[in-house]
Formats: sequence, C-alpha cells, structure tokens
Amino acid sequence: MSKELIRLRDLCMAYDNEPVLNNINLYINDKEFLTLLGPSGCGKTTTLRIIGGFVTPTSGDVLFDGVRINDVPPYKRQINTVFQKYALFPHLNVFENIAFGLRMQKRPDPSGPAGKKLVRIPEEEIRERVMEMLEVINLKGFENRKPDSLSGGQQQRVAIARALVNRPKVLLLDEPLGALDLKLRKDMQIELKRIQQQVGITFIYVTHDQEEALTMSDTIVVMDKGSIQQIGTPEDIYNEPKNAFVADFIGESNIIDGIMVRDKCVKMYGREFPCLDGGFGENEPVDVVIRPEDIDIVPVEQGQLVGTVTNVTFKGMQYDIIVDFRGFKWLIQTTDHSPVGARIGIKIDPDGIHVMKKSSYSGMFGDYSSFSEEYDELDDASLALDEEESEDEE
Amino acid sequence: MRNKLSHFAIPYVVWMALFVVAPIIMVVVYAFSAAEGGFTLDNFANMGTYAVVFGRSFKLALIATAVCLLIGYPVSYMMSKEGPRFQRAAMVLIMLPMWINFLLRTYSWMSILENNGLLNRLFQRIGLIALYNQVFGTDIEFFHMLNTQGAVVLGMVYNYLPFMILPIYSVIIKLDHSLIEAARDLGANSFNVFRRVILPLSFPGILSGITMVFVPSVSTFAISKMLGGGTDLLLGDLIEQQFLGGAYNPQLGAAISLVMMVIVVVCMVVMNRFGEGEEQAVML
Repeated sequence: MSKELIRLRDLCMAYDNEPVLNNINLYINDKEFLTLLGPSGCGKTTTLRIIGGFVTPTSGDVLFDGVRINDVPPYKRQINTVFQKYALFPHLNVFENIAFGLRMQKRPDPSGPAGKKLVRIPEEEIRERVMEMLEVINLKGFENRKPDSLSGGQQQRVAIARALVNRPKVLLLDEPLGALDLKLRKDMQIELKRIQQQVGITFIYVTHDQEEALTMSDTIVVMDKGSIQQIGTPEDIYNEPKNAFVADFIGESNIIDGIMVRDKCVKMYGREFPCLDGGFGENEPVDVVIRPEDIDIVPVEQGQLVGTVTNVTFKGMQYDIIVDFRGFKWLIQTTDHSPVGARIGIKIDPDGIHVMKKSSYSGMFGDYSSFSEEYDELDDASLALDEEESEDEE
Repeated sequence: MRNKLSHFAIPYVVWMALFVVAPIIMVVVYAFSAAEGGFTLDNFANMGTYAVVFGRSFKLALIATAVCLLIGYPVSYMMSKEGPRFQRAAMVLIMLPMWINFLLRTYSWMSILENNGLLNRLFQRIGLIALYNQVFGTDIEFFHMLNTQGAVVLGMVYNYLPFMILPIYSVIIKLDHSLIEAARDLGANSFNVFRRVILPLSFPGILSGITMVFVPSVSTFAISKMLGGGTDLLLGDLIEQQFLGGAYNPQLGAAISLVMMVIVVVCMVVMNRFGEGEEQAVML
C-alpha cells in the first residue's frame, strides 16, 4: 500500500444539468482494494465509469500515474472492467472470451529492430496466458464451454479472467456479485480477495452491499447524493462514522441527539455518559451513535437508562429487541431474551459511544420507531437481506 | 401440457390442415401421377430440359439476396445507431412501400424503367445518353432496362429488401450494449468491435433475412413476368405456365414445385447447420 496510482481531482458530472457527482476528490493507491459504497443513485457507478473511460466528466481531472487521462479512450487505458452482468461474448467459448483482449493487442516486435513495427501476440503465448488465468479462477477444463452453459458464479469468474489476462494496472468491478445468490456471493467475496492478492493489482469495486465492502476492502469510500461522505478502512468506517448517513448505512445504529458537555463526556436524555471522543466545542450539539451490539442489558437499578421492551425478534444468533427510551426507540442486539413489556436497564461502555458532528443528515436516521416498516420501505429487497445477514455475523 | 386455452388453436390447426398440409399432399400426389392417372416418375425424368430455368432462377435469387444483404445490413446497422425518433421514421419509410399492392409497385417500376419511361427521360434530359453515345461511339436513344435480368433483380431487391432489414435490425437493436463496452474495454477499436462482436452476434438476423429474401425470390413469377418481359423464364413462370398457361400440364408443374421445395428446404437446413454455432437462428 504505497504509491498513488489514480487521483480524481474536483470531479463533477452532470447529466442534462442534473448534477450526479459533486467535487469528488479521491486518490487510489497501487495494489489497493478500494470500494465505492453507497445506495443506488449515489454516483458510485458514474465514478467508476469515469475511471474506466466510458464517460467524460463535466469538469475535473482523472490522473493515472500523474498523467491526465480524461480524454484517453477505454481501450488505451491500463484499466479493465468487470461488468455488472458479466457481458461475456455469447458467441465465443470460454477460451476465446478470455483471449479476446490479447487478440486485440499489438505490441512492438520483441525480436525485430527496436522500431515501430507492431505485431500481434503469438498464439502460444495467448494459449499460455489464458490457461494461466483459467488456473487462477479454478476453471481449468472449461475452455471450450460456451458462456450460457456456465453457472452464474463461473461466468463471473470468466469475466474476471477476461479482464485480468490483459494484466491491467487496475481492475474495475461494477457490482459484480449482484446477480449471484447469497451463498455464492459470500464464496466469491473471498475468491475475489484471493485473486486480488494473487495478481497484486488495484481493484476498484462498486457495491451497495455494506457487508461486501467490509469483507473485502482495504479502503471504503462511502458516497451519497454525488458526494463522498467518508473515506477510511472498514474498521474506521464502522467504528468512527463521520455522520448519521454513514452510521446508518454501515450496519445498524441508534443515533441519538446529544450535547458534548466537555471532552470525554456527552449528555443524552439529560444524563452524562463517559465516552472517548473529544475535540468538540463546549456544549456543542452532536449526534451520538451507539451500535446495537455495544449495549448491555442490566437490571433496572444498575441501568444508565431505563426503557420498555416493545418488540422482540429472534435472529438465530441473537435477539433484536426494540426498547423505548422516552419515545425514542433503540435497537439492541443481545443473546439474553427479554419479554415484550419488560422494563430493562442498559449500560454502555465508553468505547461503545461514538460522537459525530451534526450534519445535514442529522435527525434522518437512527430511530427504530418504524422498525418493521423500515424493512418494507427499502426499495432493494436484497439490501435488507444483506443487512440481516451481516447482523448475524456481528 | 393440455389446458383449456389450447382449444383456441383448433381453428388454426384446421386452417393449416386445409390450406398448407392438404395442398402439399396434393402437390406430391400430382407430381407422381401421369395425366391419365396412375403412378409415374416421368414428370421428374422430363425435367432435365428445364435445368436452365432452375439455374437462372437460383442465380437471380442469389444475386437479389446478396444485394439485399449488402444494402440491408449497413442500413440496419446505421439505423440502430440513431436516436429513437429517427429509427421510427426510418422504419415507417421502409414499411411504406409494403402498404401498396405488390403488383402496383411492380407496375410502377415498369413505367420507370421503360424505354420512354421516367428514368430514360431523365437520362436524356441530363445528357447522360448523349455522353454514353459519345464515349462508346454508339447511337442509342435510351438505355434498354426493362425486360432484362437486371430489372428482375431490381424488382426482387425492391420488393424483398424490407424482409432483410427487419430481422437484422431487430437483432442489432437488441444487442446488449455492455458487450460493446466490454469489447472496447478489452482494447478493440471500432472496426474490431464490429467485426468481432456486432457482426457475429447479428448472424441470426442475417440468416433469417437471407431466408426471407431468397425463398420468395426464387419462386417469384409476377416480377419476372412484368420486369423481365417473360422471355427469360424463371421457375415461378414455368410452374404458372403448367397450371394456367398454354403448356397445361399440372403434373409436371407439381413435380417442378416439389423439386424446388426440396432444394429450398435443403438450402435452409444447410444454412441452419451453418448458423448453429451462433445463437439459435429462428428460421422458416
């Protein structure tokens, strides 16, 4: 994780005067696994397509190795793409699909005089490199199969091999696992990470699936409404979300209005809680994030807060319980069962409290009053599924 | 899979039986009968005399099909690249002639191609004929265009071109755009994108276009009669003569029809084989 490879500078994009990207500034290191994460319409795919050269930004620069490449067509960039629906050539078999890029290439004749003469890659070398890729993706023996006779996961891997065989410096992946079922998706996540480490190049990955992002990435870029909300490692993003949007989008969060009384002390519900955060103004209004798994249920008399259980859902590894604290409902994940209607106390360790500055997203997320409806509201059903899944793991 | 809706297919089945299957059976029966009744193979044995007609028909139909393909493919391809409004307008223009009766369309070509027709008068007006006489040292007043094989091919191309454009266009328009992006991403320039991706993937459209132009072309008789002057007999004319013309001999006519049908079917099967490697071609 060293050298900077790609830089996006003040990137703006608008379709029909409708802004899609606002001032994107981002650098991507060599050999990094970077994920652009956000809900649909947040601009992540547009960002990827700009890097790939399929779209020209309205303003701003794309730098590759320090050189501006805004106007370089896709086929002249050292970047290859794995498309959302694989886009394998249906008329070619697996071998020819993977070999496609190599057959398109011309390079200076290595044996001839150091001149201009460009030659095609010799057939033996193509064969060798395709076979090598088939080994990387574990599909040896499939070279004569047509794409439509392969399973979704196999097609996916062929699409990756087809891109990687050209030895690009960067591989762009546009929701490549979106069409796979859950089990396969999990396998492919691990597989992708393994491939990335094996070939040692930069992966730029687009997804709306926070679990995918957390599992694979070195760096996550959270986007919403055409702007970058936060850049950081998966741990940073999860533990130190910058605003209510990030806190809500990544995992489950209770987001409570608070006042930063002083460093390491935040006031919620009129009560002071010790925390680890500092650097805010005195008595500054803040958003406080508390993850559902960081809350301990204790007897009422020992509780920092006392509330009433209004809903219990059994999730296998834990119960999701909704607790009403003076009208504001929290989600708590616990292995102990508490019946609906019970009065319970809760205790939060200082490191379970995360304080964020107020933002335009304040007050929009983090209340579980509409817990059951929230799942119905999600326009993307798979997103809801993923979130449930990730809870199981946490 | 029987359900109640299948009853709605009965009229169609009856229709097919009456007007498709029964006539074919009749053709076969006639082809193997003598004029006075009884089984015979004479109808086929006598057919050698007409080998020239077979040859001419297939040659003209092949030329017409090739011309349709050469015009139709680029037209379809360019249409697919334009905006939706252009595409709709172009589609209407392509379909428009088909709303006019086939015979009327062909008649109008007669008056266009005639010795004193529209084209020749235009050529006279712009001095093309004078120029021709000067260059070649001839002394003609008009180009002889009507009643030539060229006119017949023109008639076929004009009448059947939409049948080439439509299937090709509908295949190209449905091409997954991400395939083109993928090819560009993998280093293909515009030419290679076309040659390696678009062209092979439009093969099913090309195959059905060829079928839909070749089959009616090879059996046409109205076009050759009107634009060819009936001098260079085509298969369609020959068959017509056996049933309606002076050479009344329905048994021979049936035999010729049968042979032509078999040849066409064999051609189609071979083409289908050829196209099998590509996506499944919808034929016939």
